[in-house]
Amino acid sequence: MAVVQQIGGNGANAGFVSCWACKGPVAGRALFCHTCGAVQPPGSVDHFARLGLERSFDIDHDHLEKQYLGFQRVLHPDRFAGKPAKERAIAESQAVALNEAYETLDDPLKRAQYLLRLAGIISEGTIDKTVADQALLMEAMEKREALSEAEGVDAIEQLMVEEGKGAIELLSVISKAFAADDLAAANRAVLRLTYARKLLEEARLKRAALEE
Amino acid sequence: MLLQIHEPGETPEPHALERSQAIGIDLGTTNSVVAMVSGSHPEVLRDSHGEGLVPSVVAYLGEEPVVGKAALAELPRHPDRVIASVKRLMGRGLGDVKRLAGALPYEVAENDKGGMVRLRVGDRVVSPVEISADILKALKTRAEEKLGHRVEKAVITVPAYFDDAARNATKDAARLAGLEVLRLVNEPTAAALAYGLDSAAEGIYAVYDLGGGTFDISLLKLQKGVFQVLATGGDSALGGDDFDHALAEWAMKRTGIAGLTSGEAKILLQAARAAKERLTMAPGAELKATIAGHEIRQSIDRGTFEVLIEPLIGRTLRACRQVLEDARLTAADVKGVVLVGGSTRVPLVRAFVADFFKQQPLADIDPDEVVAVGAALQAHALTRGSDTLLLDVIPLSLGIETMGGIVEKVIERNTPIPVTKAQDFTTYQDGQTGMLIHAVQGERETVDACRSLGRFELTGIPSMVAGAARIRVTFAVDADGLLTVSAEERTTGVKAEIAVKPSYGLSDEEMATMLRDSLTHAREDMERRLLLESRVEAERVLLALAAALKADGGLLGPAERSEVDRAASGLRQAVAGEDRARIHAGMEALDRATHGFAQKRMDLAIQAALKGQRLDEVEAGMATDGAP
Ligand SMILES: [Zn+2]
Repeated sequence: MAVVQQIGGNGANAGFVSCWACKGPVAGRALFCHTCGAVQPPGSVDHFARLGLERSFDIDHDHLEKQYLGFQRVLHPDRFAGKPAKERAIAESQAVALNEAYETLDDPLKRAQYLLRLAGIISEGTIDKTVADQALLMEAMEKREALSEAEGVDAIEQLMVEEGKGAIELLSVISKAFAADDLAAANRAVLRLTYARKLLEEARLKRAALEE
Repeated sequence: MLLQIHEPGETPEPHALERSQAIGIDLGTTNSVVAMVSGSHPEVLRDSHGEGLVPSVVAYLGEEPVVGKAALAELPRHPDRVIASVKRLMGRGLGDVKRLAGALPYEVAENDKGGMVRLRVGDRVVSPVEISADILKALKTRAEEKLGHRVEKAVITVPAYFDDAARNATKDAARLAGLEVLRLVNEPTAAALAYGLDSAAEGIYAVYDLGGGTFDISLLKLQKGVFQVLATGGDSALGGDDFDHALAEWAMKRTGIAGLTSGEAKILLQAARAAKERLTMAPGAELKATIAGHEIRQSIDRGTFEVLIEPLIGRTLRACRQVLEDARLTAADVKGVVLVGGSTRVPLVRAFVADFFKQQPLADIDPDEVVAVGAALQAHALTRGSDTLLLDVIPLSLGIETMGGIVEKVIERNTPIPVTKAQDFTTYQDGQTGMLIHAVQGERETVDACRSLGRFELTGIPSMVAGAARIRVTFAVDADGLLTVSAEERTTGVKAEIAVKPSYGLSDEEMATMLRDSLTHAREDMERRLLLESRVEAERVLLALAAALKADGGLLGPAERSEVDRAASGLRQAVAGEDRARIHAGMEALDRATHGFAQKRMDLAIQAALKGQRLDEVEAGMATDGAP
């Protein structure tokens, strides 16, 4: 079954769209039709709004999870098992949108990248390589070299501990940068964190290969 | 006789309530179990001897296949006509099966068409889907005999680590057996459901599921009725069957016998299984089998057996370590460990699991029945409503083959489902108008090391210079874990055609032929299901109209109102009938008749909004319907 996301398209008027079931007016962001109760397509709101959260880098994980589970409880397709195929498909697209929002906001790196994307600092998809300054690239290369020279599980784990500490520090740098609305600083720290994550992943793979 | 065919006239039209009754099925490698919720308690459906397990064994002797214990009894006399452990072949190609080491207990039919492996059984050739369908039919019949009416809906469990091809094959088998699959649920998730409802458990639980042919390890977070899978892992080619193989190979080495036929291999494996089961209870056992007139008798003590299986258990613990790492957790975070699958009865397995998680695992629900119980609970939840919710993940990453046979991952493993993700690709030749998209599943970086799911030929790309086209490939995984791929050229908006060639599935034509040849009323069932779906849809439309008339009926003049009422009653009559086409025509007629009404309602809302009634107030009022 293909999931069709029905974002807009059905003639939004003064913020209203037409309910697919009773064809009456429904507010663009409503989850259910106030006239007939039918579940509505997800619409195009940002991930924060979808989960009922303030747009901010600093979010409380437990609160995020509570919001996510609360919405899944009413929108998950399993709640519509006896309903027509169309209604199930709409519920599924709602669940897809919730999962995407949760996945993006749950990970601090993805959340930071998303905020930068919303602000127009980085473009859709991959990281903007032009902001990568020479020093940062050199640093990343040196670390990668150190990893390739590391012999034995202990040496790799030592590297991982250091890099892990650095990643935690970067998170607080990112948090402060967003709080001060210094998006350029946030972007630099996000880039460094991206490299740190990559290095950690490579170290993990190398360690796993040694343990085999 | 387990298999009976109901003539349409034989079964009286059941009540609507019975109609919606759904069963839970654990379609296992070694044994299958069917359960359902009656009243408020899940119950395993047993035979007259109180036995809930139906051996997943099918014998093809006469016209009708024989399933279960009766089939197993035929094994010594007709080893070439009795098929066991077919689950290991679901969604598998010929190459996969040949890679399985040792003497094969299957006679594989060579075919040059590719696709799913076929087995030679006596004088016929059957697919694993058909064999599984025969097992499902037997389970369906057991439920129908117990209930005294037809059963049409089921929740069927699959190993969490099943790939897309194996999931599709399972769904096809259900279709062939005349069962509508409400949901494919992962076995560990079902087991957690069976435990969670009893104890209202909260926290992180590990489910260690060692079945006959597959191993799954899942980590779930339980809170207030939500079962959220955090990570899942395992090995789809590791199970209790491998313990049997290890024992059988040991016996072959000791006795010096070699070059067994597939029939002899089956008999030896059966003897090995019996010895393994005795070793679970007793410190020693004897492996006895008669092969080609020679009697084999080998005594084995538990210590020797444990040396044989230790490397296999070690493999399961490696997967446990990986899944904890994936979820960024340690063994200390795990509040409880649930054991699933008959192979977890082996004392060494329990000892290793207890040592790994530093706690005694839970096994108060029969590990052979716990999955079916969970499936029954989920079937009940889906048909009758419930506060529990299962949120699962995709077990293996999904990706696309790129230049040089390298895999570009589109969806990472352990991503919550349902999920939709898109990735952009481009052409690499001037004027290229077609593109072969090869979808694969697995964690490795090269295509050869991953499983091929299907090849999708994208045609009709407008001619452009190399690199100018933007081809967006969208992967959509539904709540059953099944993948749909679509593609579109973005710069021109041309939606290109996609031809799906499943690598290890059955084509639509093959499925149609099987349905036609099937002795059951599968095709009839499907027709009826379509009729029911149309009715549900029409009733939804009528319900929505009633709500709209109640709210805004005043907008209609008497003539308009009677036109709408006429169309509505026309549809109501169609719904009462049996003609699907008439229901569709009725819905279209109602759609036309209510067009003006819909327009008036829309205009009214817009006018109200323009007059200053604040839209965000309206929104706020509506959004609270679904807010947590
Ligand atoms: Zn409505």
